[in-house]
Amino acid sequence: MDTQSLRRLNEARLARRAAILVTDFDDASDHLVFEGERVSAGLDAAIARAFRSGKSGSVEADGKSFFLNVHLPPPRLVVIGAVHISQALAPMAKLAGYDIEIIDPRTAFATPERFPDVTLHADWPENVLQNQPFDAYTAVAAVTHDPKIDDFALKAALDAGCFYVGALGSRKTHAKRVERLTASGVSERRIASIHSPIGLDIGASSPAEIAVAVLGEVINAFRSRGLAEARDEAA
Amino acid sequence: MSIIQTGGSDMDASSTLDRTRDPLMIAEDWQNAGRQVAIATVVETWGSAPRPVGSHLVIDAEGNFHGSVSGGCVEGAVVSEAADVIETGQPRMLDFGVADETAWQVGLSCGGRIRVYVERLG
Repeated sequence: MDTQSLRRLNEARLARRAAILVTDFDDASDHLVFEGERVSAGLDAAIARAFRSGKSGSVEADGKSFFLNVHLPPPRLVVIGAVHISQALAPMAKLAGYDIEIIDPRTAFATPERFPDVTLHADWPENVLQNQPFDAYTAVAAVTHDPKIDDFALKAALDAGCFYVGALGSRKTHAKRVERLTASGVSERRIASIHSPIGLDIGASSPAEIAVAVLGEVINAFRSRGLAEARDEAA
Repeated sequence: MSIIQTGGSDMDASSTLDRTRDPLMIAEDWQNAGRQVAIATVVETWGSAPRPVGSHLVIDAEGNFHGSVSGGCVEGAVVSEAADVIETGQPRMLDFGVADETAWQVGLSCGGRIRVYVERLG
């Protein structure tokens, strides 16, 4: 592998930029392709397909044999609410390979003491999202059940085609939430995609168990739904 | 807006990509430290395979390694092949599966087959 290819690939991965490392098995050369870049006609369709599916594999093109190693950004989990569940969820998500961020304007909740080693935004979602919008590689879990904090983020997550949107709250809380989102113009189909009650049904009771249920549901959404579909919906 | 960054270096701020566990990050760090490095990549799998296509194992000239190309079944064989690849600079394509004659030494107990490409970095 070329030293420059590796350096640029690692840079792209750190910056959450999708890239494919193309290795030519015939002459053992390699080069990096970023999403949207033009490549040789023979490889163009295979590259586009690989970015959509996220699947690495070998391809034949231009009479040669290539290996495409696809590096999509690691899925990111943004949690709205620096609550007890989030304290358990943050380290679990990190271990599972997720970029985790927590947003909560309530400064008594969003403290580094409660959330060591986590990117924490002690601010309103509307302010944080201005600089750092959601994307199709993002999962959003809203766990404050305070409409003032959760609603904006939920609407933004549905608009951005996030691969997972979950919201904590009783059926009654969620029914009111559906009414508010409908009133603000979100389509019925998108509202129906919100996971509520949040988390897989594993009988979770403690905050840590609920965190396991949420993380399991996020992983299931990421692995079963596919980014291609999420991106199509976002488009 | 206040962003409270409580962990990791600045470079890691945008991502939790773990420099201490990520094989490609480790390969770059090793090379920067003057170590010779081989990168092994799963390029094809058939049947049940423990690690997906694209997975990496990185190896240095002393046989230190990080990452995985299987569930620990064939890493030993890949590490010893990597020593030759580092020395000669010639990449190798390795096939592993229960059908191999070497199945009793190195093989996949799960019944799958994998193809691993081993190349020198730089």
